[in-house]
Amino acid sequence: MKLKLATFTAAAMMVAAPAMADLTFTSLSYRTGPYAANGIPFADGYADYFTLLNERDGGIGGEKVNLLECETGYNTEKGVECYESTKGESALVYQPLSTGITYQLIPKATADGIPVHSMGYGRTSAKNGEVFRNIFNYPANYWDGASVGIKHLLDINGGDISGKKVALVYHNSAYGKEPIRTLEEAAKKHGFELSLLPVDHPGQEQKSQWLQIRRDKPDYVLMWGWGVMNQVAIQEAVNIRFPMENFIGVWWSGSENDVLPAGDGANGYKALTFHATGADFPLFDDIKKHVVDAGKAAGAGDQVGTALYNRGLYAAVLAAEAAKTAQGMSGHAAITPAEMRAGMESLEITEEKMAALGLPGFGPSFKVSCQNHGGDGLVAVVQWDAAAKSWNMISDFQQSDQDILNPLIAEDSEAFAAENNITAGCN
Amino acid sequence: MFYREAGDFKTTYAEDNQTFPIKFDRYRYYAVMLFAFAVVPFVIDSYWLNAVFLPFLIYAIAAIGLNILVGYCGQVSLGTGGFMAVGAYAVYKLMTSFPDVSMIIHVLLAGVITAIVGVLFGLPSLRIKGFYLAVATLAAQFYLVWLFNRVPWFYNYSASGQISAPERFVFGVPITGANTASWATYLFCLVFVVFCAVIARNLTRGTVGRKWMAIRDMDIAAEIIGVDPLRAKLSAFAVSSFFVGISGALFFAVYLGAAEVGESFGITKSFLVLFMVIIGGLGSIFGSFAGAAFLVLLPVFLKNVLVGSLGWPTDIAAHLEFMIVGALIIIFLIAEPHGIAQLWRVAKEKLRLWPFPH
Repeated sequence: MKLKLATFTAAAMMVAAPAMADLTFTSLSYRTGPYAANGIPFADGYADYFTLLNERDGGIGGEKVNLLECETGYNTEKGVECYESTKGESALVYQPLSTGITYQLIPKATADGIPVHSMGYGRTSAKNGEVFRNIFNYPANYWDGASVGIKHLLDINGGDISGKKVALVYHNSAYGKEPIRTLEEAAKKHGFELSLLPVDHPGQEQKSQWLQIRRDKPDYVLMWGWGVMNQVAIQEAVNIRFPMENFIGVWWSGSENDVLPAGDGANGYKALTFHATGADFPLFDDIKKHVVDAGKAAGAGDQVGTALYNRGLYAAVLAAEAAKTAQGMSGHAAITPAEMRAGMESLEITEEKMAALGLPGFGPSFKVSCQNHGGDGLVAVVQWDAAAKSWNMISDFQQSDQDILNPLIAEDSEAFAAENNITAGCN
Repeated sequence: MFYREAGDFKTTYAEDNQTFPIKFDRYRYYAVMLFAFAVVPFVIDSYWLNAVFLPFLIYAIAAIGLNILVGYCGQVSLGTGGFMAVGAYAVYKLMTSFPDVSMIIHVLLAGVITAIVGVLFGLPSLRIKGFYLAVATLAAQFYLVWLFNRVPWFYNYSASGQISAPERFVFGVPITGANTASWATYLFCLVFVVFCAVIARNLTRGTVGRKWMAIRDMDIAAEIIGVDPLRAKLSAFAVSSFFVGISGALFFAVYLGAAEVGESFGITKSFLVLFMVIIGGLGSIFGSFAGAAFLVLLPVFLKNVLVGSLGWPTDIAAHLEFMIVGALIIIFLIAEPHGIAQLWRVAKEKLRLWPFPH
């Protein structure tokens, strides 16, 4: 028995060994725990794109992609373990999909010289690349989201929302607290009244918050939720008959999982996004042909085209494009994490590039530079159509209010630099 | 054969009362200490440090602390996570307010602050017992987490409410922050573990510990024979919280580096440490170590076997991990309700008689 087990283990290791390829990407995913419903589609999209590159193009620039997946359960301790266990394999970039884990990785990854891409989450002031050399958060961050949310309110009110009441329902964690500062500044500028309603992890109990909303009757509700909190909030909003078109969620509160449980009641719910939804892009035909139909899809393979699947896919697309840029800059295909960082810093996404990838109009055009690790902050608004079960884009990609954001980013990143003795600069 | 008292003569009272009366045990203890202090620091890498040693050492301190309260003094507490948070936020405020002071002093002070908070929340134990006390300490857990989320002063008004450990030093060597060496953080935590374990061992076999155990076994009888329940219970809360505070401080500053109170110090942490104490063995210092090792190392080991060696999908492995750890806990508690420490004791008894049990 013992011998059999030993042989089996040895055989398993031998099978696993040839899978080692030259470009290693990591997926710190969470397919278990209270946030699994949102973690699974993202991880599937991320994995499927790399599978597609391996199957269709033979990897990136001729180098096969090796995707290491590590389960974090949205738990920071497991995140540390995952980071330590994968960084030895010369992982090129980390995308932890958790603001808490991102905060932990910022100093660690900087010391180890590995880039972190926190796309639409993490520490907003990482946009200032002179301080956060290894941290990227293009194409949009939380403060962009908050600002564009307010812009949308201005648009539908003819440019004047003074005296209106806006409530923010947020996950009581680092993630949920991120937009507060921006909203406070915006409230000063535009003269609306902001009220804050925190919801504690995991957010299954929100009766008191929504009772307060029913009592205060805010004109608009913004939401910074994640996991089961979204579904509960939308259901509660339906229960108190809050007009759904006045309820706007950030992109992490805008997936099919969040609105489907509330059924027809969720019709008209709005969410912010920085990429398109749906599967009507040429790339998805390739995914169907090379990945799904070939039986190589990650997970159950039933998430293709959902909002979070597309976001995971978009994250993988941007990572692959940055790797291509890095390959072009360094002149060889087997790049190192340091070259990957340089590639991310000179990444430029144009409309033509996206069209060539089979994703025309999927995401905004932007250009990363050393000073700006966050892109241009272009965010659009989508609205849920409960009958068709789809998200419809109801605005163009519009830029956030840079007058509010830039001073805040400078202030927060300078505080970080002072706390950690970092000299800002591009060298 | 080697494991016996015979031939090991003791001529003084101190020798007779030492922690390891058997020669073999004593040498094993010296060997472990030598290995931990003189070998591990030279070979440790950052994976072993962050995935295995740091969580084990830090949880061991927390388990020793909780064991004093639950195992020795019989006061059930569900507030461990909250008290760890006190330690973490105390050390954060100290680190950022006095950057030039050595981390050793900061961690000890964080323990003292937690001890004071622990005494405050221990006051109800004078009136309520058992399950009711557990509920009262549960209130401490929720109140403390709420407090650290609610009052921005505790997290230095940062935008996200996260606390991050800046770089701080001990004797010029960085202990917290990004640029730490594995051996330095390992030794730093190891020194605290040894310090806590030695103090706990000596407290529990002296007057103070006997008073705690008297209260645990029957508080009315203890009071009749002259044990002051006020001092005994509050001293247990103070010492226990001191250790838990130290572990919380190390957990945040050395291990995690950045923490968020609800996620890192929530109710699940309280349960985790309580399980360590129960599985390891109530009223045993060795049990605290065994329980911490069991609950920290087993998931990492299973993950490495299932995902690393067998190449299973991560989600299936994660679910299996829960099932295996859960099943093992139940099996352990059925086979030996007094925990791993009791298994160890039985094994030692058997060894003493081996190979001639009659």
